[in-house]
Amino acid sequence: MAALIDMKLVSKWYGDLHVLKECTASVTKGEVVVICGPSGSGKSTLIKCLNGLEQIQKGTIIVDGIDLGSPKTDLPALRSRIGMVFQHFELFPHLDVLANLTLAQTKVLRRAKAEAEERAMTLLKRVGLEAKARSYPAQLSGGQQQRVAIARALAMDPVAVLFDEPTSALDPEMISEVLDVMVALAREGTTMVAVTHEMGFARQVADRVIFMDGGEIVEDAPSGGFFEQPQSERARAFLSKILAHTAG
Amino acid sequence: MNYYWNWSIFFDPAPDGSATYLQMILAGAATTCIIAVFSAAIAIAVGVPMGIAARQSGMVGSAARAYVELFRNIPLLAQMFLWYFVLPELLPRDLQILVKQSPDGPLVLGTLSLGFYSAARICEQVRAALNAIRAGQWQAARALGLRPVQTYRYVLLPRAFRLLIPTMTSEFISIVKNSAVILTIGVMELTASARAMQEYSFQIFESFIAATLLYLMINFVIVAIMSAAEVLSGTEADRSATRTHRGGKHG
Repeated sequence: MAALIDMKLVSKWYGDLHVLKECTASVTKGEVVVICGPSGSGKSTLIKCLNGLEQIQKGTIIVDGIDLGSPKTDLPALRSRIGMVFQHFELFPHLDVLANLTLAQTKVLRRAKAEAEERAMTLLKRVGLEAKARSYPAQLSGGQQQRVAIARALAMDPVAVLFDEPTSALDPEMISEVLDVMVALAREGTTMVAVTHEMGFARQVADRVIFMDGGEIVEDAPSGGFFEQPQSERARAFLSKILAHTAG
Repeated sequence: MNYYWNWSIFFDPAPDGSATYLQMILAGAATTCIIAVFSAAIAIAVGVPMGIAARQSGMVGSAARAYVELFRNIPLLAQMFLWYFVLPELLPRDLQILVKQSPDGPLVLGTLSLGFYSAARICEQVRAALNAIRAGQWQAARALGLRPVQTYRYVLLPRAFRLLIPTMTSEFISIVKNSAVILTIGVMELTASARAMQEYSFQIFESFIAATLLYLMINFVIVAIMSAAEVLSGTEADRSATRTHRGGKHG
């Protein structure tokens, strides 16, 4: 099957700092891929390259048949087809929840207001927040804000959804409500790439785990294999720390 | 102190043709308001796009930053003289005659001068407000497929304007006060009217007390309007300012 997201030998520098080193990986339609690794390993940078929020200096990234590096590529049009969920939610605080979900639908996809609102309400129902349609982001808890952010990404009917540490800014008791939504999405066959430390989520729904360290993709393995028999010493060290922490 | 107070002077006829000194000084206040309103309009119309431009890289950004440095580093008084004495000489002949002969020439040139001077200041305030919005908001808007213009129009500027209200209030007050500089090129605004009244009547205290009170009144109106704007927009802004990261560890 042709890859939905295909990156080859992707390298990126911030000045002299080499943040991504010849990263090669692909994601097929319907796949759930978790990217993990120690802090500063380049995983958030990598995921932001997949929709062109970060520029790369070398290599190619092809998403749904479109080359991100080509000057002819209409990046805004491509981005509208890839959902993204951020660590700090990034809802627009001056708009209510419904307007957060309809803004890009009406301005980018040119949907009629009624159609956009209907789509928004369907998705809010799905994340269990239809009662909050007229609330402002700051009136919601962190977990609720992140569920709204997921609904906002889904409202664009994306071909894939990128999650950049979606639970890292949440209090522990709010993590599960966000993970539940993500698990449900994964089970429905949504193509997902998630940077996360939630190894429980990775075990439960991920097809593959990509382990990064020092800007390199160190391992790219089916999730079962990764957790049972990590191949590299670095992955073993990382897993022992993460799992010890989770167990504790 | 041996000063002869005479408050009824305001009802005496003024030698400049106004029915009374009161009318003379009120006409000055009206001129000050006209200068302030049009200068502020120019300052916003030029300053806001300039504030956005100053954030860009390349030629556009450099040009905007050069504008700011030019207009904020020269005293307003010197700029006003340049607009009034030098600029007309650079105009095509027909326009030059029009500007020099029109009784409103000084008013128009003075207002333009104050407007472009204040635009440089508003540019910096807009730039600061936009920089205060976290980069994640820009990324979120872009990730949804909004184009740069749409991102400014629907996400960044609405938020920046809420942040701008307090500094804009000060800026509008400054514009009213700076409008007094226009008396140097012969416009009869409020301070000039007070000075003229003093020269005609020798009632210096009454003249300038009246001017002081009128300046205070104009600025209180500005403060009241801007406070109302802050309350109206604050219904959401206050909540977001205090609680955007409710439940967030890294907020």
